[in-house]
Amino acid sequence: MSAGHDTHGHGHDSHGHDHHEDAGVPHSTLKGYTIGFVLSVILTVIPFWLVMGKVFDSSSTTALVILGFAAVQIVVHMIYFLHMNTKVEGGWSMLALIFTLVLVVITLAGSLWVMYHLNHNMMPSLHDMKNMP
Amino acid sequence: MSDTAATLHSGDVHAPDNQRFYVPGDHHPENGTLLGFWLYLMSDCLIFACLFAVHAVVGRSYAAGPSGADLFDLPLVALNTSMLLLSSITYGFAMIAMQKKQVKQVLVWLAITGLFGAAFIGLELYEFHHLIHEGAVPQRSAFLSSFFTLVGTHGLHVTFGIIWLVTLMVQVSRHGLSTENRRRLMCLSMFWHFLDVVWIGVFTFVYLMGVLP
Repeated sequence: MSAGHDTHGHGHDSHGHDHHEDAGVPHSTLKGYTIGFVLSVILTVIPFWLVMGKVFDSSSTTALVILGFAAVQIVVHMIYFLHMNTKVEGGWSMLALIFTLVLVVITLAGSLWVMYHLNHNMMPSLHDMKNMP
Repeated sequence: MSDTAATLHSGDVHAPDNQRFYVPGDHHPENGTLLGFWLYLMSDCLIFACLFAVHAVVGRSYAAGPSGADLFDLPLVALNTSMLLLSSITYGFAMIAMQKKQVKQVLVWLAITGLFGAAFIGLELYEFHHLIHEGAVPQRSAFLSSFFTLVGTHGLHVTFGIIWLVTLMVQVSRHGLSTENRRRLMCLSMFWHFLDVVWIGVFTFVYLMGVLP
């Protein structure tokens, strides 16, 4: 394997010639973890401050903003803590992640969509109530 | 020579490069365990997606019982969040020590990570105990059922993560940073950071959005 390994080292020059069992495994650095940690602290503190300090009057505005912060923080964790990129495992990790994200979006959006309309249509409206005996 | 060996089983060796299924130099992932573990995490992610979907649907069905605004103690949740976040970076330090082959450092950082994780679980159990004491039990309303299921599932994951972490500390102290142990530490690293990612969704969606009027 080691003979074959050297021939395809072109794309991985940035990793240097580390130990062979670690090939393809991202190198953890203090800098990466520190950047990730500082970013996540900022991205955690702001939503808590927005909600506990009642910064916005409208609940839906607050909800949208904190969901946005959560999305950004998840990306930060993926990049700096889970070391996700398109190169890991020859791209298969990223492919699995994208597939999972599609399923997650379908699950969440589909459930909310269906159940909202179900509630809406099953709710006895004022009009129905009037016709009741 | 190695090119020939790599493509021996993949059809015509003499075919031009762009017509071969396997590109020369393209190789099988050497450490399949990590990819397999990642796939497990993705399936775990689907479990959490279902639980989040349930909470999204019934999270406001209080059945005339207490709401999130009545129950949730946000400073406690903030403390809990910081515990998990700190445990994430201390695990990162353990991974850095692992790359430098410092067994003692790895064990120290793993122990600190485990303590932060235990603090997280302790605070969560305290919160659950408090809620149940107040009568906000899972069978009180659909909101509380889904709350306890979602947060409890995450807590169980962290609990098993701590058990795994302690097991690995014993392994590392006995056998050192062997290839197997390094692979196990990398898997636990993914697991631990993944739980932190799920917690971002929990504190945002369940707690912060739960107390909004």
